[in-house]
Amino acid sequence: MAFEPRNADIGELTVPIYEGPLPKPDRDSQEYWDAARGHQLVLQQCLDCDKFRFYPRLICPHCLSERFEWRKSSGRGVVYSFTVIHRPPSPFFRDKVPYVLALIDLEEGVRMMSNVVDCDPGDVNIGNHVEVLFEDINDEITLPKFRLREGLD
Amino acid sequence: MRLKSGAFNRVVAIAGVAESDCGQGIPLTALQHQALAAKRALNDAGLKLSDVDSLMAVGFLGLPSLQIAEYLGLRLRFTDTTVTGGSAFESLVEHAALAISAGLCEVVLITYGSSLWSDRRRVIEGGGVDPQMPAAQFETPYGDLSPISAYALAAARHMHEYGTTSEQMAEVAVSSRRWAMLNPKAVMRQPITVKDVLDSPMISKPLRRLDCCLMTDGGGAVVITSAERARDLRKAPVFVLGSGFATSHNTITQMSNATITEAVNSGRQAYGMAGMTASDIDLIEIYDSFTISVILALEDLGFCNKGEGGSFVSGGRIGPSGALPTNTSGGGLSYTHPGALGIFLIIEAVRQLRGECGDRQVHNANTALVHGIGGWLSSHATLILGN
Repeated sequence: MAFEPRNADIGELTVPIYEGPLPKPDRDSQEYWDAARGHQLVLQQCLDCDKFRFYPRLICPHCLSERFEWRKSSGRGVVYSFTVIHRPPSPFFRDKVPYVLALIDLEEGVRMMSNVVDCDPGDVNIGNHVEVLFEDINDEITLPKFRLREGLD
Repeated sequence: MRLKSGAFNRVVAIAGVAESDCGQGIPLTALQHQALAAKRALNDAGLKLSDVDSLMAVGFLGLPSLQIAEYLGLRLRFTDTTVTGGSAFESLVEHAALAISAGLCEVVLITYGSSLWSDRRRVIEGGGVDPQMPAAQFETPYGDLSPISAYALAAARHMHEYGTTSEQMAEVAVSSRRWAMLNPKAVMRQPITVKDVLDSPMISKPLRRLDCCLMTDGGGAVVITSAERARDLRKAPVFVLGSGFATSHNTITQMSNATITEAVNSGRQAYGMAGMTASDIDLIEIYDSFTISVILALEDLGFCNKGEGGSFVSGGRIGPSGALPTNTSGGGLSYTHPGALGIFLIIEAVRQLRGECGDRQVHNANTALVHGIGGWLSSHATLILGN
């Protein structure tokens, strides 16, 4: 059975409701997801040991400090590893496969999972330089994703 | 505090092992699988239900050890339900050894059972994810195919760093199948070639369908007691010579080097306790959730150098009549995999050390290494067993 998006009726326009899995922001992550909605990728930096961390959390995993500030990431990084997903993890992804799921090492020294988009999956390699872009999903959630940086590989 | 060398060495023994009925389409519930396996394992040991004073279980039930004990009519004075994914059953043996050697209990029954295949469920370790948990916020929205994609990310990095090939990973699946062809209880017994593996559908590049373990129904049970008591029981005791456990992360993004696992440290502790090295091991049972899992573990447990696992598994070295018999039942890739394999690795190692394995018996098998891997290469538990 093919996936068929349901449509939301918002006046004269109908837009598909996003039925994929979405994050549910919590007390650790609310600012991260708020920043993403404003098209900024932010990271926590410890004010005691200066290390960045990902994913966001109350206490620094390097020194246990509770003092941190949110810093804007450069949004640039390198593909540490990637896989091309061919079997959809849920019905939502049936018309999305194949797509690239990657581990991205950001310039700030932390690693995050994301998708490398705007390219053929066959064009992605480990070591590729990538930069963040933002995919607005709905009023609450924007997902940071990545694309290859032209001319750098 | 560091454990003394030899902490459990020959202090406790595995006295009984059994499966329920394993396969695809077995008409048993998860509780029935465990009850049947428990009965058979006690019979194997020559012990009665009333001899058992501890039950350990990990499963998808709410309070697994309490439920299974009640179903069996058991009252417990010690229990453990360590939830660490696929390494849990190797850890339970370690915890049983601790409890028995401390005098907290005398006879431990460890059980597992699942009707995974019949229920058509895809039960994943740590399933039922809270939408606020880190993986649900920072991985699931990107369409990860957990747990397969995590192992695929490790495999891709291993290929990149060391030149490991899809053909070499396929060799693991081919060797497992050759063992399974010698095991009447194995689910998959028709021969396969490297080309068959490479021709199977891509699931999460570079892992193809035949790089991934099976989904089946099944259950197993293991009975552990003091070495002293085990000597008087029905079967020759299989002693716990060493054990080790180590973790580095939970979610795959937090694994700093995706090509080096904590098997390095769980193995080091187990070897140290047993007073052995890799060269003393006669056969190996590794949780082969995926072909890459075996390559990583063989490297990290010291059977070959880091990066050389791909060439090491090639040419039949880990298959029947190879130099290093590995996953002699056919493993999760070809024998059975009812959602978790750890207990079946122990059962097979014990049978090999007793000389009960018929066509697939490893000659002069005196020492076995059993290695469980849990989560997303997250937890590692190593046992060294000897007769």
